[in-house]
Amino acid sequence: MSQSYDRGLVENFGRWTEFSAGMWAWVFHKFTGWVLIGYLFTHIAVLSTAIEGASMYNSTLQGLEALLIVRFMEVGLLAVAVFHILNGIRLLFVDLGVGLDAQDKSFYASLILTGAIAIGSIPTFLGGI
Amino acid sequence: MSTHVSESESEADAATDQQDRPAAQQRRVEKKRERHEQRERASDSSETEGQTILLKVFRYDPEVEDKREPRFDDFHVPFKKGMTVLDALIYSRDHYDSSLTFRHSCRQAICGSDALFINGSQRLGCQTQIDDLDQPVRVEPLPHQEVVKDLVVDMEDFYEGMDAVEPYFQEENLPSDLEEQRQDRANREKIKMSTRCIWCGACMSSCNIAAGDNYLGPAAINKAYRFVMDEREGEAIEQQRLETIEEEQGVWRCQTQFSCTNVCPKDIPLTEHIQELKREAVKNNLKFW
Ligand code: HEM
Ligand code: SF4
Ligand code: FES
Repeated sequence: MSQSYDRGLVENFGRWTEFSAGMWAWVFHKFTGWVLIGYLFTHIAVLSTAIEGASMYNSTLQGLEALLIVRFMEVGLLAVAVFHILNGIRLLFVDLGVGLDAQDKSFYASLILTGAIAIGSIPTFLGGI
Repeated sequence: MSTHVSESESEADAATDQQDRPAAQQRRVEKKRERHEQRERASDSSETEGQTILLKVFRYDPEVEDKREPRFDDFHVPFKKGMTVLDALIYSRDHYDSSLTFRHSCRQAICGSDALFINGSQRLGCQTQIDDLDQPVRVEPLPHQEVVKDLVVDMEDFYEGMDAVEPYFQEENLPSDLEEQRQDRANREKIKMSTRCIWCGACMSSCNIAAGDNYLGPAAINKAYRFVMDEREGEAIEQQRLETIEEEQGVWRCQTQFSCTNVCPKDIPLTEHIQELKREAVKNNLKFW
């Protein structure tokens, strides 16, 4: 063998349309996990304004909550957290070897439930704006 | 299998004894039946009968000037009932281009040499009915392995992983004389599925963790499972096996994506076996002191 051909990374991500349930569950779980870590930092930053006193904290939060985009991002954050928790529970079952044959169904169930909860939360998050 | 002709009555039979089948096989049989019914609805008889199918085949050969740049070649193959992807490849080679290169031998899903990337998933050429595929049929070499020529990939990494788990029975205390090393039924049943591996490498190719580094891979771990779970092997060797699969490139690399379980042509519940070994490894390391 004088030479061989390495097709490179296109094999992993260029074929995303061919991913199956378990693969999507993995991709989404990584993504949501890191989004939650990212939120943790903004969360701490916002809460830290309380160091400057109650009025500073209140005005920061009021300012943020007045923005429509922030309200939408809150819905997104809820969806991300709910999916991570539901799929996390699914992964715990997978680790215990329980219901492996239904792993794709439990992923779809996590997705549907996440969607339903996110939509259900819209009146709460977008209320009074 | 190349001799297998998908007929509706054999599918119907399949439905009745579903309980005895492993889950992956059950799913595949169900899918097959769905596709069959779909086609029945679409047209009264098999629409591909008497037609020509289009095969798009990956070509590459570093030793030939105009094949150094990888490309796809089209082959028009007359369809026959029961034709498999391997049959179509053989037809193309024999009738159009004798340089078309691919591995094959048994044509009955037992030698494991013709795992290919067919329409975006790892399957055995000889086990995949053309009738079950969307047209055109795209045939590529297994992903995540380097291509040597056309559909032939370098399997060295895969074999290395298999060797690393010492895939053979080892027991120091051999019984005397002609006494047999019997295995009880329950234990045999436990390892039954894991013994079916034909070393085709489809699982390894489907795994995007194995793509990135030297992960032992599903097939090798399944081999380890086959011997760790075999009660006839002694304590010492079991300990050694558990240590191997616990190493950095062992079971803990598995991210339970289920890609391997989805593609295994022998329907081995690979993820289940890997997960069970993870638990064995944890139990092995737990100490209460
Ligand atoms: C009830 C709540 C939660 C559950 C049940 C849960 C469950 C899990 C599980 C089972 C994994 C391992 C996935 C695997 O097997 O590979 C995981 C990974 C992870 N989780 Fe969570 N989690 C929860 C909350 C959180 C929170 C609040 C954060 C962020 C602050 C977070 C961040 C992450 C990250 C970053 C990963 C790793 C992703 C990666 O593999 O790169 N999780 N989670
Ligand atoms: S476990 Fe299945 S997919 Fe993997 S090498 Fe063995 S037969 Fe092929
Ligand atoms: S030719 Fe032997 S497995 Fe397909």
